[in-house]
Amino acid sequence: MSKLKKLTQYRLFLPLLCLALVLLVNLITTPDFFAISVRDGMLYGYIIDVINRASELVILAVGMTLMVAASGGTDISVGAVMAVAAAVVCNVLSGGQQSVNEYSNPYLLGILAGIAVAALCGCFNGFLVAKLKIQPMIATLILFTAGRGIAQLITRGQITYVRVDQYKVLGSSIKGLPLPVPFFMAMLVVIICVLILKRTALGLCIESVGINAKSSRLVGLNSSRIIFLTYLFGGILAGIAGLVASSRIYSADANNIGLNMELDAILSVALGGNSLGGGKFSLMGSVIGAYTIQALTTTLYAMHVSSDQVPVYKAIVVVIIVSLQSPQLKKGISKYMPGKKAVSRNEVA
Amino acid sequence: MESGVVLTMRNIYKTFPGVKALQNVDFTLKKGEIHALMGENGAGKSTLIKVLTGVDEFEAGEIRIDGKDGAIINRSPQEAQMNGISTVYQEVNLCPNLSVAENLYIGREPRKGGFIDWATMRKKASELLEDLDIQVDVTKAVENYSIAIQQMLAIARAVDMSAKVLILDEPTSSLDDEEVEKLFVLMRRLRNQGVGIIFVTHFLEQVYEVCDRITVLRNGTLVGEYKVEDLPRVQLVAKMMGKDFDDLAALKKEGEDTKVSDEVIIEAKMLGHKGTIRPFNLTVHKGEVIGLTGLLGSGRSELVRAIYGADKADEGELFVKGKKLQINLPIDAMMNGMAYLPENRKEEGIIADLSVRENIIIALQAKRGMFKLLSQKEQEEFTDKYIELLQIKTADRETPVRQLSGGNQQKVILGRWLLTNPDFLILDEPTRGIDIGTKTEIQKLVLELARQGMSVIFISSEVEEMLRTCSRMAVLRDGMKVGELKESELNQSSIMKAIAGGAE
Repeated sequence: MSKLKKLTQYRLFLPLLCLALVLLVNLITTPDFFAISVRDGMLYGYIIDVINRASELVILAVGMTLMVAASGGTDISVGAVMAVAAAVVCNVLSGGQQSVNEYSNPYLLGILAGIAVAALCGCFNGFLVAKLKIQPMIATLILFTAGRGIAQLITRGQITYVRVDQYKVLGSSIKGLPLPVPFFMAMLVVIICVLILKRTALGLCIESVGINAKSSRLVGLNSSRIIFLTYLFGGILAGIAGLVASSRIYSADANNIGLNMELDAILSVALGGNSLGGGKFSLMGSVIGAYTIQALTTTLYAMHVSSDQVPVYKAIVVVIIVSLQSPQLKKGISKYMPGKKAVSRNEVA
Repeated sequence: MESGVVLTMRNIYKTFPGVKALQNVDFTLKKGEIHALMGENGAGKSTLIKVLTGVDEFEAGEIRIDGKDGAIINRSPQEAQMNGISTVYQEVNLCPNLSVAENLYIGREPRKGGFIDWATMRKKASELLEDLDIQVDVTKAVENYSIAIQQMLAIARAVDMSAKVLILDEPTSSLDDEEVEKLFVLMRRLRNQGVGIIFVTHFLEQVYEVCDRITVLRNGTLVGEYKVEDLPRVQLVAKMMGKDFDDLAALKKEGEDTKVSDEVIIEAKMLGHKGTIRPFNLTVHKGEVIGLTGLLGSGRSELVRAIYGADKADEGELFVKGKKLQINLPIDAMMNGMAYLPENRKEEGIIADLSVRENIIIALQAKRGMFKLLSQKEQEEFTDKYIELLQIKTADRETPVRQLSGGNQQKVILGRWLLTNPDFLILDEPTRGIDIGTKTEIQKLVLELARQGMSVIFISSEVEEMLRTCSRMAVLRDGMKVGELKESELNQSSIMKAIAGGAE
């Protein structure tokens, strides 16, 4: 009993439970969901597909977690920023042409330009949120609406193709690696981020500012600089996600890259058991949340739900998962379960 | 239920992780009495109140209220209110960005045809406040008013709910004497109307001025219930502490052999911040404890905030150890050896969801910079050191600081600043809402720190406390520093005269 209690109080218990639930559904409905085949040293299967497709979302979720934690608000522009970054990368590499078979500029230059522009977008958001103290959702609404327009301007309303094998690498598989490259990109981002949080006091500072900005200022933290940094970081990560998404289709499709992904990213954060009000956060929770969402989407496809109906089923599952994590519901349940007491969050005496 | 009794609580139990907050506690409240609930920090007063008002659940016991058959369980403050129990908490719980009228009638707005009847609401609010002699504009947002006024509004709201039981949890800790007197007038009026009032306070004088009976708690258990006239002050203190108590008297003597050096640590020349504090001069020597005194809103906090950069000074000059400084942000002040314990513990002091450890190390971490993380080992050592030094009562160092009692939270913040090893420590109401035992500890600590060469600015509403600790006092009135008192001038009557002004 005490072991079980310890397990249920583990911070990532609920996010992991949700992921397990989604997978369990597959075990019943689509047993071959878990089948993995090997061809040319590469792994294939639904699970691998989930791991592959979730990569951009994982990258976005990492950035979103930090922005939410520090500012208590969400950045809804990340999907559009992905499109902007993709447009910049492709157009630098194509030298402005609509479709090329070889680079007009060095690969590295293209990537750096794309990520720099994404960072600029992050700075813009950060400036509005941290310095001008505009509500994050309103501040990022600007790039949410304008971002795709800017991307269209860059690509002059067309889809820019970069048909060079090297450009496809980030979005596909390479020989010798059993898993697709996007997965490694996502892991790289997660690992770097975890290292930064472990080796510096940034995580503590972000939580502190998110919990109580006034106290944080008085203990010498520069609240607005910390919030600004998280938005800058979120912008850079959106740029990297845009790069991966664009590599998959070796083109910049301003209308579709990252479409609605900001919402999935916010949802990942929430599914990970993080409060959208800011403060304490769990990066791993958000990562698990991102994989849960992708597992859900892939599950629905595996069950032959047509793509225009997917959102409906997704919504139903999300309602269930989110209410599972609701403290009110937990309180309600514990009342009907004798011997189990809801943990009170109030102070002693 | 016995006649004349409005509320009984019997055999109440409540535990928090690692702490037995209430054990077998009984409490009885009669109609038309003011009943003091006394105890040190962590004695279980706030928990008893929270259990009664449905903020927290209790594990065992029963609560009965006049007019209801059988035991009641309040699952939320709303339910408690419907049962006739209204509360005004220590920390004001109003919505700062809503108007006074909205705050008074929130959740029970007068309606007309399904819509809120704003005109009636404003009219009722004005009448209510006029009755209580509180002068405010009911259409203005609450955040425009001082904590004192906000406290009065919270009380007005509770009163207006026509409660059978009114709970006042440390209502006077942010009021000045005149306001306290007004509150007492109001409390007596309510008592005569038959309301049972539970009064939680740390001010002994107030208990003897206004209360009829006293219930004493210690370490989560009931010590006893007494009539005020049967329990002299000394005995009450002894019951609360569980020991004899003469530390307070001994303190002053210890303070007298403090030698003040000529070395100047802080010198403010015509420093000021528009709208809060007019330009002032102030010199602080090494190893000196300076008190700031004045009525609430006289500019005591504002003066130190201007020095520390909490409100950036917009005129004048500040010299630290003879060096002219431009302080834009608190971190600039910290880098020059300053530390500031703010008045408002909940809003500006603790970072509630972070652990005791994180709350203690955060200032030092900020001083070192974000990228030079203190190692886990250092963090734990520092935390353990201050938990022991200040005797912080906590389950362990990873407990979220919000689970600690008010006094222990204050000690955590004190530990946070002592860890940065400051030359100049600003304490703004460090003992507000804190029990006598901890108060004495803090006062002793201040004197000890001064002896070691630290300079301290000490702000307190209690003149006796400042007399015990300070070697010099600056007097403020209406946002202006009006004078200084030292040596032979340091006594109650001359301070009162200086504060009141005009009489010299």
